Amino acid sequence: MKKILLAATAALALVPMSFGASASEKVEFPKEKWSFSGNFGKFDRMQLQRGLQVYKEVCASCHSLKYVAFRNLEALGYSEDQVKAFAAEYEFPTLDDEGSEIKRKGLPSDHFPSPYPNEKFARASNNGALPPDLSLMTKAREHGPDYVFHLLTGYDEPPQGMTVMDGMHYNKYFADGNFQIAMAKQINDDQVTYADGTKATADQISRDITAFLHWAAEPKLEVRNSTGLRVTIYMVIFTILAYFLKRRIWARLEK
Amino acid sequence: MANMAPAHTPESTGADGETRRDFLLHTTVAFGAVGTAMAVWPLISSMNPAADTLALSTTEFNLGGLQEGQAVTIVWRGKPVFVRYRTPAEIEAARNTPMNDLVEPAKDEDRVKKGKEKYLILVGVCTHLGCIPLGTKAMDARGDFGGWFCPCHGSHYDTSGRIRKGPAPENLKVPPYQFLDDTTVRIG
Amino acid sequence: MSTEKSVWRRAFEWHEARLPLVSFIDNSVGSKYPAPKNLNYFWNFGSLAGFMLVTMILTGIFLAMNYTPHKDMAFDSVERIMRDVNFGWLIRYMHANGASFFFIVVYIHIFRGLYYGSYKAPREVLWWMGILIFLAMMATAFMGYVLPWGQMSFWGATVITNLFSALPIIGEPIVTFLWGGFGVDNPTLNRFFSLHYLLPFVIVGLVVFHIWALHIPGSNNPLGIEAAPADKIPFHPYYTAKDAFGLGVFLLVYFAIVFWYPNILGDPLNYVVANPLVTPTHIVPEWYFLPFYAILRAIPDKLLGVLAMFGAILVLFVLPWLDTSRVRSANFRPWFRVFFWLFFINGLVLGWCGSQLPEGLPLVLGRVCTFYYFFFFFVIMPVVGWMETPKPLPASISSPVMKAAE
Repeated sequence: MKKILLAATAALALVPMSFGASASEKVEFPKEKWSFSGNFGKFDRMQLQRGLQVYKEVCASCHSLKYVAFRNLEALGYSEDQVKAFAAEYEFPTLDDEGSEIKRKGLPSDHFPSPYPNEKFARASNNGALPPDLSLMTKAREHGPDYVFHLLTGYDEPPQGMTVMDGMHYNKYFADGNFQIAMAKQINDDQVTYADGTKATADQISRDITAFLHWAAEPKLEVRNSTGLRVTIYMVIFTILAYFLKRRIWARLEK
Repeated sequence: MANMAPAHTPESTGADGETRRDFLLHTTVAFGAVGTAMAVWPLISSMNPAADTLALSTTEFNLGGLQEGQAVTIVWRGKPVFVRYRTPAEIEAARNTPMNDLVEPAKDEDRVKKGKEKYLILVGVCTHLGCIPLGTKAMDARGDFGGWFCPCHGSHYDTSGRIRKGPAPENLKVPPYQFLDDTTVRIG
Repeated sequence: MSTEKSVWRRAFEWHEARLPLVSFIDNSVGSKYPAPKNLNYFWNFGSLAGFMLVTMILTGIFLAMNYTPHKDMAFDSVERIMRDVNFGWLIRYMHANGASFFFIVVYIHIFRGLYYGSYKAPREVLWWMGILIFLAMMATAFMGYVLPWGQMSFWGATVITNLFSALPIIGEPIVTFLWGGFGVDNPTLNRFFSLHYLLPFVIVGLVVFHIWALHIPGSNNPLGIEAAPADKIPFHPYYTAKDAFGLGVFLLVYFAIVFWYPNILGDPLNYVVANPLVTPTHIVPEWYFLPFYAILRAIPDKLLGVLAMFGAILVLFVLPWLDTSRVRSANFRPWFRVFFWLFFINGLVLGWCGSQLPEGLPLVLGRVCTFYYFFFFFVIMPVVGWMETPKPLPASISSPVMKAAE
């Protein structure tokens, strides 16, 4: 009997239910102020437009944004014609009447194209690492937008005694990968020149791209917040009415 | 249920208390009913075309390869669109039809683009019950008026796509389109 | 008032004489169902559970209209619901958070039954129907969580289906059968979708039995004594009005989460599409499974752990015979009341243990709490019922009320 128990205990080690330590819990992510935080949060349209510029000029060469269509950009404050012109800067493969592959101009109904034709190609171009799609990034990580912002600004010299592997970069917020990330530092002061004249510090650029990515991940945030307010007002009134009705009906019993 | 406390105890406070409770009851029930109706709306609305479906509503097509007398079918919003390069005789037949011979009077001039009268572009869905009329392929039956013929219930359309005979109530629809250049047309 | 009946009244009576639908509802949850007059607000949670069941079925039906159960398209179709479908974001957030709120309501409903002894004779079969509903809910929730095909969907499904591999000999074939392949894959997703759509209607059927069984002895009450006919009031309008108010309060909380914190109960990793080649470092089930997950992991043997986890629920079936006390309400059972609240806290602690990595304090605590979980049912229930001296019971529901009034 003891032997069986012993064997069973040993077998448990082989059960496919092992749990590695989740190191991300050891890192503090300071809370940042975002225009979209809170129950009344709204996106800052100008910030989203700057963020789009950052995505296009900095991120898009490696990261896709596949769930965002060009037509969605109207929510950033662009007109229909501006969106059409923006979409037309991209090219998409299509077939001509003879069945040969040709290029056509992008339409508002197209989504942002992937910078790579397939995953293998993407890995081969990036030292084996796959640049993730960014459409849902702020919802797909603990701490959401704060995570993205701090990760972008978290590049530093590695601490004493730490050897960073070849092709990797030290980032004090990338706990999931033991603080070594394949992406090099991308954002520096004056990396982009903003059309609206905002001073492009590394901090500002990181905030703008984070806000843009949060819009990409949760485009219905504003209507969600405002509907929530209206529904809550309705529910408060209904609950008060129901409370007094209940009291009045139950008052009959005390007679 | 004689043993239970009665459901409707007469109010000893008199008519005034009764009215107030009824008012509260009616207000609460009405308010709840309106809320329920508003809660059902998102569910119903979700069945309408989604944003991505609405966005896919334009198709471009090049007419350059089309010969006189030929017709082709292209796909727009998942439905067939008939494009016919009409012969002068067909155009003439369409234009000389008296208006009172028509079920739904419409001039041929209003169903084509000025300067491009030879191209007739129609939504290829019978206005009766949604079948696809014959008449686009060379071997197809074209009906009594040389246009299209719907085999489902025998509707005949003329060379302008107007209903002439059979159960269909309306002419074949003309989709919104524009010529981008001499031979390229954008539908939608 | 005119004695002549209106045409509508006569049409109604004509139909009612042939199919007494309205009378049926009135008898079930209307003015013809006599309920004890002293039910407190914990008795609201039965109707709230019914409300959540309807909400989940309705939102689910409309989600299914836009969902694609294919491993390459499931995640994308959910994102399309969130972005392009009219009000899709609202319907999905209501459905996803609705699962959590359904479980909150049902857990309170179960603990109410435990505290007031609602499982005791003559309500054993009513209690059984409730456990069956709970089991069907767990299966439905588990399969529903797999449908978005995120990382947690995939790996949760992998881990939970692998539980069955603990069974000797038949374990491996059963797991292969559940998967319809050699791992969680497209066939698994397809069958989970089919069953996820089917099971809620099975739950509706079980709810009918649950309410039917309720009507044989009638509702229990906070005093746990039989309610005399004079102490009963019609369910409608008294309890319908009370339930409407309770529903208002409940919906305020539910909608606050749906509109303002819709992702707070979910795992961020489920916004990453499933990848069969990469396991997340920390797989956790949804919060409502955490206590049972902690029991599973507390026992250092695969088979025994699985048996303990299922046993933790199945023990509820024999609860009416484990409890030797004939007094129903814990209000009159001074010892049992202490052990009950300990059991409640024990459940919360187990939930916390389930959310942590199984090492150090959470593992030790998880083992202690697992021990108490079963100790409560198998030792405390029979022994306390036998040893304890209950407080004197009131003669009727009206008598303590009258005393308080003096």
